Amino acid sequence: MKEDTSFWQQLKHLTISDVLSWTMIPVLMIIVVILVYNQLLLTIEPGSMEANMLGSYEIGFKRIMDAAAEHVRLILVSTLLAIAVAVPAGILITRQGFRDFSGLILGVANIGQSVPSIAILAIFMGILGLGFKTAIFALWMYALLPIVRNTATGIKEVDPDIIEAATGMGMTNRQILLQIELPLSFPVMFAGMRTAAVINVGTAALGAFIGAGGLGTFIIAGIPLMRDRLILVGAILTAVMAILVDWILEKVQDKLVVSTATV
Amino acid sequence: MIKFENVTKIYPGMSSPAVDNLSFTVPTGEICTIVGPSGCGKTTALKLVNRLHELTDGNIYVLDKRGETQNVLEMDPIVLRRSIGYIIQQIGLFPHCTILKNIGTVPQMLGWDDARIRRRAEELVEMMNMPVEFLDRYPHELSGGQRQRIGVARGMAIDPPVMLMDEPFGALDPINRTLLQNEFLRLQQEIKKTILFVTHDIDEAIKMGDKICILNTGGHLEQFGSPANILARPANKFVEDFVGADRALKRLNLVRVEEAMNAHPPLLQATQNVEQAVGFMVEQGIRSAYVVDAAQTLKGYVRVRDLKGKTGWVGEFVEPAATTIQMTTSLKDALSEMLVVDYANVCVVDAQNRVRGLIDTNMIHEAVLKSAAIAEGEEE
Repeated sequence: MKEDTSFWQQLKHLTISDVLSWTMIPVLMIIVVILVYNQLLLTIEPGSMEANMLGSYEIGFKRIMDAAAEHVRLILVSTLLAIAVAVPAGILITRQGFRDFSGLILGVANIGQSVPSIAILAIFMGILGLGFKTAIFALWMYALLPIVRNTATGIKEVDPDIIEAATGMGMTNRQILLQIELPLSFPVMFAGMRTAAVINVGTAALGAFIGAGGLGTFIIAGIPLMRDRLILVGAILTAVMAILVDWILEKVQDKLVVSTATV
Repeated sequence: MIKFENVTKIYPGMSSPAVDNLSFTVPTGEICTIVGPSGCGKTTALKLVNRLHELTDGNIYVLDKRGETQNVLEMDPIVLRRSIGYIIQQIGLFPHCTILKNIGTVPQMLGWDDARIRRRAEELVEMMNMPVEFLDRYPHELSGGQRQRIGVARGMAIDPPVMLMDEPFGALDPINRTLLQNEFLRLQQEIKKTILFVTHDIDEAIKMGDKICILNTGGHLEQFGSPANILARPANKFVEDFVGADRALKRLNLVRVEEAMNAHPPLLQATQNVEQAVGFMVEQGIRSAYVVDAAQTLKGYVRVRDLKGKTGWVGEFVEPAATTIQMTTSLKDALSEMLVVDYANVCVVDAQNRVRGLIDTNMIHEAVLKSAAIAEGEEE
């Protein structure tokens, strides 16, 4: 029997909870953004300090969008770099011969996580200087642990009977890794990436301290000037972004877990 | 053929061996069951063959596809494993792959093309009495019994001459286990694989094995021989205890109904007239007889006392038989069936319900005595 996958057929089977889970978060976020625009931006008086900071409405809007784009870039680059390093590291510590090092590698990754992000920024500012690169480095360190840990956990949780059957049928270690362990551990691994990305949205706001841009710029400008509106614009939009990133990745994760159809 | 030659396995850091100087030979086309209490090293012994564990001392030989004897220690483990069917209790199907991909694992590694893999997989699921549509499903969509059938099919994918089965039916419920055992034995009649079959269940060992290898704790071989032989003549106290006090009864498992039945029983035709039938039964000294039609299909039975003084055709007085037995049924199941329905004898039929013979308790008794005599003869 061939399943009817047409859009309208699928629509018929939608339940209220499906509709809510797909629409609630985006709708709420849109409302919040509109409120920010109406209540915070449109009420700025010309000539005020906020107006100086943001410029006219048009320029202000563009500055906010630029800052948001910078923010996204910080997160994307740092998370992708973290994936590139953490996934191999996570795989490595599940390999025979390297298992003894799993404590060491997890420990190193743990340091990145337990040192306050502002401290990492401060320390590496001295070495790497101000700007984008230092912020990326700090965020990268921050994202390592959840990804390494979940990669290793995901692989370790693959049913040993499946591995035994695969070995007994003459699959090489490489084939077992690529065809069995990685596909089966991917949902757990992806959950780690999601955690890392969401943490990074918040942490990236600190990037503004060292001139890396992002939505944190408004918060940092607003604090010494005691301008609540600037602080609120930065803070609320950062929160909106964190919630949206989490929501998007959650949906992607759902799709992936369904399609791998584990027992 | 699978040949163990003074095989010893000692795990690193252990003082006593897991498998101790084990020697036996499984002839080509036979199933050898390895049975023993837990910790007797039966699974270890099995895994030495495909080198999931490496032996400490001795040699293991297997016959490869070209009919050449190979020392497994001289083969590349990956090549060796791909040439041997491996089936485990937990099945270990890949949950993220379709049944087709699961069955095609080894063929794919050996470079078969997709069409050939699909053809072979279709052939195998049909062999396992499953619909071809299953090939596109995922393991979690199948029941436990179906999954284990796929496990067996996967083990047979490249038609390996040698197969290793580690308690393959151990996780199934009793009904499914019996079903799969019977299916597999029927299959084995055709495929004639050389199989090493690990089980902890002596009944399964007796049922499935052409040979049984009984191991004791520490991997020590207590007895190797045919089931009849082991049941008739346990080598020592351990084997005697292990096969159980009912070992005489267990011999009933070894003989099939067709070997014990009377293949030329007195039968009545449904179209015979009643007086003639009564005369026949009195002459034969029987109180009842089974009735068949012209094609030898079973109609039921009649009793002398119901027919006496009546006229007409036998067919008019037929009562349906409460039970029949297949030719390949074991004597144990046949006897059980007879006790249930309380018949003096039971009709043996084939798949088309044609009468092939008759069996009663005397015949069962004689057949068991005969099998014991043969087993003793083997020993001398």
